[in-house]
Amino acid sequence: MIWFVAWRNIWRNRTRSLIIMSAIVIGIFAGTFSAAVLKGMMEQRVQNVINLELSHIQIHNPEYLEIKEMHEYLKNVPEIASKLDTLSGVAAYSERVIVNSMIASAESGAGVQLFGIDPTKEKQVTTLHEQIVEGDYFADARRKSIVLGRKLAEKLNVKIGSRPVLTFQSIDGVLVYESFKVVGIYETVNSTYDEMHAFVLKSDLLSITHIDDNAAHEIAILLKNNDLTKPVKKKLIAAFPSSDIQSWTDLSPEMSVVTKGMEFSMYIFIGIILLALLFSIINTMLMVVLERTKEIGMLMSVGMSRLRVFFMILLESVYLSGFAGVIGIAIGYGTSMLTARSGIDLSGLYGQGLRSFGYDPVMYPDITPEMALHITIMVLITGIIASIVPARRALKLKPAEAIRTDM
Amino acid sequence: MAIIDIKNVKKIYNDNDVPVHAVNGVNLSFEKGEFAAIVGPSGSGKTTLLNLLGGLDNVTEGDIIVNGTNVNELKGSKLINFRLMNIGFVFQAYNLIPVLTARENVEFIMELQKRSSQERKSRSEALLKAVGLADRMNSRPSKLSGGQQQRVAVARALAPKPMFILADEPTANLDSASTENLLDIMERLNSEEQITFIFSTHDSRVVKKARRVITFEDGKVLSDETK
Repeated sequence: MIWFVAWRNIWRNRTRSLIIMSAIVIGIFAGTFSAAVLKGMMEQRVQNVINLELSHIQIHNPEYLEIKEMHEYLKNVPEIASKLDTLSGVAAYSERVIVNSMIASAESGAGVQLFGIDPTKEKQVTTLHEQIVEGDYFADARRKSIVLGRKLAEKLNVKIGSRPVLTFQSIDGVLVYESFKVVGIYETVNSTYDEMHAFVLKSDLLSITHIDDNAAHEIAILLKNNDLTKPVKKKLIAAFPSSDIQSWTDLSPEMSVVTKGMEFSMYIFIGIILLALLFSIINTMLMVVLERTKEIGMLMSVGMSRLRVFFMILLESVYLSGFAGVIGIAIGYGTSMLTARSGIDLSGLYGQGLRSFGYDPVMYPDITPEMALHITIMVLITGIIASIVPARRALKLKPAEAIRTDM
Repeated sequence: MAIIDIKNVKKIYNDNDVPVHAVNGVNLSFEKGEFAAIVGPSGSGKTTLLNLLGGLDNVTEGDIIVNGTNVNELKGSKLINFRLMNIGFVFQAYNLIPVLTARENVEFIMELQKRSSQERKSRSEALLKAVGLADRMNSRPSKLSGGQQQRVAVARALAPKPMFILADEPTANLDSASTENLLDIMERLNSEEQITFIFSTHDSRVVKKARRVITFEDGKVLSDETK
């Protein structure tokens, strides 16, 4: 009976309860939705990193990542490729030849990392071909074609059909000048990436640099899902102990830290909202105890134990915060799910800023039942904490005096 | 045989370091089934004695023995449980739980005693019928008159099958008709259930009905008359 007495008690002063509940609903909704937006942003960033920049796993010559010299390429590419062809969990892989180069147009020049790729294989590993905004992605595999980012194209003032000149060293140390025809311009959500990366056919780059035909500086591996990263990496390390095999979290530790840190900061953010609400709930519950001094005195007089009085006040606080909290979470969850389909387009507001940090200006909130459960638990804990001060106040009442209080 | 023995009980309050003898060396005993009124002017110590009897306050000196148990020696949960199982309370201002119906108010105390739901239901119905509220069982206190609320309070006090009921000015807020009605009900229940009723009152109508009248003055028993 004490459960429904507590429930009915919170509706005694309907206006007051509705005001504090509204504050909780708004606070929790804001917290939940913001957390979903942040999580969505991070998920998108991770997906971008995996699908565009790093893939799940990369294999290099151990020296390559240290000194980035052209001659530090993988010497056992066919062996690795044949293993990857049969390894479960591997969705696709692509061998890349990477050269640091200068690119110059008639108007300007810039440094660029030049990737020699096999477009057919690369299409299965990255989504770059989906980001083409002008021209195509090596559609006819014509020799000496180049695909570059919009930001770089703008910087060089080149268009489809332009022929910027690339300057780089061959493996023999000879400086090579080659003009490539711009066949495609891409635009990703990361403008810095767009400015720094250009793509040519691997066969072109191998022939110009005189690197061995079977060579690659990097093998990018896309897995069927992210959870397979650790086990597949382990198997590859066992198979090729002399190669440098790294997951995307190894290659981009800052990304991993930011992801984890963002998750933690999401809960800190909600915790701060709850802390603010905590004081409001304590205030409300103190009013409740003050107004019901006489009744609490009566209950203690007739034989209600202090533990039960404590429990009743605790229940009222938990009902108040829990009920409103669940509504807030439900609204936050629903809004997140709705906007997760359409996305929240911030292109007009912060598009450029977000792109420069590698974030998509169209955000897709992401919320999981697990997150909602964690927030619910946090709300309930807040309700419990909020009840302690008022309940202690109630327990200090002396029944004989309380019953004579005029309220 | 006495169910309550009050032996040389004193209660001294310190009001700004001035000792006030609210109850000053009282010796009394109550038998099972008594219908007794404690009368006296305001500040004579009636309510203090009732609080001491109910274990709501501690004696400064002396002993209160209820059915062989010294109430002063009980502390914490033992004292609360003792009150729950042995004492019924009726208060001047009814003090019903406003969010519960009449029936639920009566049942609530039996739930504290951990009685079965069937027993709670049947006893609450029987008691509310006995106080003439069979048709108002599902009404909340705000929908009941003062007299009706006090009858619910009487039913609630009787619900835990206490050894005795302490009623502090139970008719103070009632009109004549309600007072007569309430006293008749309490008198009937007193003889039917053989539960001791001890009132503190100013009300001459209560005094008239009481079979024993104890007069208090300055914390002392001035007279103790059985009719």
